[in-house]
Amino acid sequence: MMESAIVSCHDSTIQEIGIERTLYPYVTGTSVLGMKYKDGVLLAADLGGSYGSTLRYKSVERIKPIGKHSLLGASGEISDFQEILRYLDELILYDNMWDDGNSLGPKEVHNYLNRLMYNRRNKFNPLWNSLVLGGVKNGQKYLGMVGMIGTHFEDNHVATGFGNHLARPILRDEWREDMSFEEAVKLLEKCLRVLLYRDRSSINKFQIAKITEEGVTIFPPYSLKTFWAFSAFKNPTKGAEGSW
Amino acid sequence: MFRNQYDTDVTTWSPAGRLFQVEYAMEAVKQGSAAIGLRSATHVVLATVNKAASELSSHQKKVFKVDDHIGVAIAGLTADGRVLSRFLRSECINHTFVYESPLPVSRLVVHLADKAQVCTQRSWKRPYGVGLLVAGLDETGAHLYYNCPSGNYFEYQAFAIGSRSQAAKTYLERRFQAFNNYPREELIKDALSAIKETLQGEKLTSAICTVAVVGVGEPFHVIDQKTIQEVIDSMEIREEAAADPGTMQEEDKSSEAAPMDI
Repeated sequence: MMESAIVSCHDSTIQEIGIERTLYPYVTGTSVLGMKYKDGVLLAADLGGSYGSTLRYKSVERIKPIGKHSLLGASGEISDFQEILRYLDELILYDNMWDDGNSLGPKEVHNYLNRLMYNRRNKFNPLWNSLVLGGVKNGQKYLGMVGMIGTHFEDNHVATGFGNHLARPILRDEWREDMSFEEAVKLLEKCLRVLLYRDRSSINKFQIAKITEEGVTIFPPYSLKTFWAFSAFKNPTKGAEGSW
Repeated sequence: MFRNQYDTDVTTWSPAGRLFQVEYAMEAVKQGSAAIGLRSATHVVLATVNKAASELSSHQKKVFKVDDHIGVAIAGLTADGRVLSRFLRSECINHTFVYESPLPVSRLVVHLADKAQVCTQRSWKRPYGVGLLVAGLDETGAHLYYNCPSGNYFEYQAFAIGSRSQAAKTYLERRFQAFNNYPREELIKDALSAIKETLQGEKLTSAICTVAVVGVGEPFHVIDQKTIQEVIDSMEIREEAAADPGTMQEEDKSSEAAPMDI
């Protein structure tokens, strides 16, 4: 859709007829979860791409490896995520072309993405994504997030979108330093299940990706067991005054 | 070198395949006062001789901090050196801004070499008349590079440039194989000894030299004069103890011929 008028000039950017910029997202991915564990970092996301309220695409891989040391997960506009992957592809290519023993680690990629997102935001043409960047280099584990307005931080566990509200409280309570792979996956699945029940744009098809010093493994998609026969689900408005 | 008909333009080749203007630029480096560098596995030391133009003036700055992990020492046209140091600082800070991480030394010297090469291939430019010893630390270890006005760069365990640098080079050639394992203090002492070689008899004091160091856990910085003088004094005491102890006092105060080069 094109802007069909001149946008007000309270700010210093004047947009004229015919110039396009991102106004709203179209095909979106929902939450991405990330957390550090003993050997590295785990990322998890479902494979859904929603077109508004329609769950249109069900095999969208939203977690990709970046270079040798990092994993990138994205929620938000899928086409913007693909654009970011193209930028990173070029970045990693030039880094490899130096062929000099130095390589871009997760910290460097995270900062590059932050610059990218913030600059686009300043031009009022954002890449409509929340990105999770995880990686391991020289034994150091790294996990960070960058938002579409350029907000960025590092933490032991992160989540985007609905995950912020539904998954982070669980992670805050139950995450520990140096969890084993099995423990960490179990905790992730607990969060993913809650999101599956409560986030309407999530689907029951997930991918878990891990990154360690040895490298990246993105596991094949799988589904979680769900239970819908909770008695609370039978009469959802019982006790809710005014609902129907 | 003598003047010839191929040396007016940097963009003119000689029949022997030489670019004389570039070679003349390298001559300018040889005329500057000496600068030396040496490295171990964990530290790099730079040292320069500070020759003031007259007794009334101060000496020119020949050692520049480029970033916490990189510094340079220059020989030749110090004005060109200053400008290039500004370029190097700019490259480092731009990299840190985008990647939040220090620019690898090998990549910095390639940027510098490419910049120097441009001046060897434009008729309206001249080559930079300065040689740079780039000392730095990155995740692949400690490095010492020499960047030439020609646009070439080389990595070294130890090197010396500028006037009377051959004396220093000879000294370093004899000892460089052990440098990789040297502790920081030994490296500094050897740097000062190499500087002493270029002085050809003039007394080594901390007033006429500058020493800088960068290493693991130690950002690049120039070592203060007092500390350097203490190191020089301790070196002299050692030398005198090694020589005939009886005539120790007289030799030190004599105004005869300079001590023999070892």
